[in-house]
Amino acid sequence: MAIALFLAPLLFALAAFVVPSPRVRPWLVPLGAAVHLGLTIVALRGVGPISAFDGWIVLDKLGRVALPLVSTLFFACSLYVPTYLGLRAERPNRLFCGALLAFLSMMTLITISHHMGLMWVALEANTLASAPLLLFNQNARSLEATWKYLVVGGVGIALALLGSFFLAYAALHAGLRGSLLIDDLVQQAPMLSRPWLHTAFIVLFVGYGTKMGLAPMHTWKPDAYGEAPGLVGALLAGGLTTCAFLALLRFYQVCSAAGEGAFARELMVVIGLLSMAVAGVFMARQRDYKRMLAYSSVEHMGILVLGIGIGGLAAFGAMLHLVNNALTKGVMFIAAANIHRAYGTKTTDTVGGALRRVPASAALFLAGFFAVTGSPPFGPFLSEFTILRGAFAAGRYGVAAAFLGLLFVVFVGMGGTVLAVVQGTPREDLPDTGFRDSIGTVGPALILLIAVVVLGVWVPPGLDAALRDAANLVETGR
Amino acid sequence: MFAAVDPLLVSILMLNFLVLGTSRLRSAINASAMQGALLGALTVFVHGSFSARPLVVGAAAIAIKGLLIPAMLHRALRDIAIRREIEPYVSFVTSLVLGAVATGAAVLFADRLPLAAEHQDVLLVPASLATVLTGFLIMSTRREAITQVVGYLVLENGIFIMGLTLHDAMPSLVEVGVLLDLLVAIFVIGVVINHISREFASLDVARLDTLKE
Repeated sequence: MAIALFLAPLLFALAAFVVPSPRVRPWLVPLGAAVHLGLTIVALRGVGPISAFDGWIVLDKLGRVALPLVSTLFFACSLYVPTYLGLRAERPNRLFCGALLAFLSMMTLITISHHMGLMWVALEANTLASAPLLLFNQNARSLEATWKYLVVGGVGIALALLGSFFLAYAALHAGLRGSLLIDDLVQQAPMLSRPWLHTAFIVLFVGYGTKMGLAPMHTWKPDAYGEAPGLVGALLAGGLTTCAFLALLRFYQVCSAAGEGAFARELMVVIGLLSMAVAGVFMARQRDYKRMLAYSSVEHMGILVLGIGIGGLAAFGAMLHLVNNALTKGVMFIAAANIHRAYGTKTTDTVGGALRRVPASAALFLAGFFAVTGSPPFGPFLSEFTILRGAFAAGRYGVAAAFLGLLFVVFVGMGGTVLAVVQGTPREDLPDTGFRDSIGTVGPALILLIAVVVLGVWVPPGLDAALRDAANLVETGR
Repeated sequence: MFAAVDPLLVSILMLNFLVLGTSRLRSAINASAMQGALLGALTVFVHGSFSARPLVVGAAAIAIKGLLIPAMLHRALRDIAIRREIEPYVSFVTSLVLGAVATGAAVLFADRLPLAAEHQDVLLVPASLATVLTGFLIMSTRREAITQVVGYLVLENGIFIMGLTLHDAMPSLVEVGVLLDLLVAIFVIGVVINHISREFASLDVARLDTLKE
């Protein structure tokens, strides 16, 4: 069962390479996504074993949150694929479809791998699979973005490996049977060598933090999200970052089990607030609305580590925010992609009055903006409010004040750009691109928005329990 | 553990300085290739016995790090006929000094970390940290795409040395995974380089600067 979860998308990826017709091929992506979603539901219901390879692959409490999240987001985005590739019929799509499905497979492997080395290999493979996705437009700008993504991401991945080695060395030095299995590490955690554990966490935090796009390691993000197709942006901002955060949480879990959680938490609070501040600064008067979304992603990665850093109720809030962030980013990137298609440019110099030109997409973009900045009744409001309550409960009043202040700064900065995009009247001299709202382009974002609204008013009991279990796991180590 | 380990590590450190100090792309690539080959030998010697697994991993390191990737880089260099001189952001003397500082810092830092008994008398950990820092230094001070790849190789070599301290702890899958992933990463980067060269007719990453605030 566990093996089928990541093998199924790989098989569909192979099929995508084999199918000769460029018009049939895109349909393999939603098909593969649907199969994956089905398998995920079966796995969550506990039918059949959910571990394999001597404990290298286990669907644990963290995986029970991340796997369905990744699967749902990918499924919604996959519904966009046939329409999108239909609009871009001039581009070869064999590599694109195959890479999308391989990307899903590797994200799945990250969520269920219970071995630091395996998780690292999956993340590296995931990075490689995303390179063709970024390069889809094949122009000078997307080349530059891909190059930066590979180099900066490559260094991040290299550091993550070095950190994993340090962690293994911490076990080796303690005279333990060096093992990178998470269960072993958690069990042996109290005996691990402290200096090596600290060094490992710092290096890993920088490494996986680079993949997450935390400031100041976020430099690849605006370029990659700005130049990638919106659909790919959604998968990177909602899927890949979720996986990188998950990898970080697993190391934090080991630190917690070792009784060194306080050290890790301080680091996370500082970097979390810094990421929000950097995002706030660069979002102000940002004219490129896709780059704006990248900074929004930097901000929300900051909120995630901040929540874990505060701990307690805020850690639960961070887990809830992980879900909300991924779904909301899906709405925003798909809506932004539609607006981009409708105008042919992505800066507010030329784009304006989107509510008249593509009313449905612009409305979704606006709703997504209110959701992502934490306005009620959307999901992020609930999760950000929970983190705030957690900060008060923990007596971190200064952190709470900074958090609120930065949320406000981001709201104002982002609002300026978003309103410039949707309000007013479109310029007369713009050529008609022929793009109109349709079920295929609006539907996927609408599904995600409905989910975000539902999560804002009602967290299903099953999800609530899963989130509590996950937060508890990373906080206590077990 | 053989007596050859420390001399090999010292040679690897010397090669760091060669990469830092050379003005020719060709010698930078060759130095990184030599470093890769030495790593292969090191893999065997660190294990202290000529058993099958270290021999295979060592041979793979020599083949991939010492031969295949340098050949790819040389080929890329020839195909795109770029300027032979490296144009660093900082002068060669400065980068040599920075390299010396980084190496010293690595030794001091490694000295503060508690080492396992079998690693106390060898330079494995300090050499690893110094090589990682050198890789960073090269990547952040050089402009050409190919030099950045060489810097990345040096960085990965440093990590590989750290991996050698864990030969019992590291399952072979990860060792092979490291090598394979490195190969694929460089391959993909190589493809991108080719694209860049077609678009820009130059490999200067400083020209990759349309995307900024």
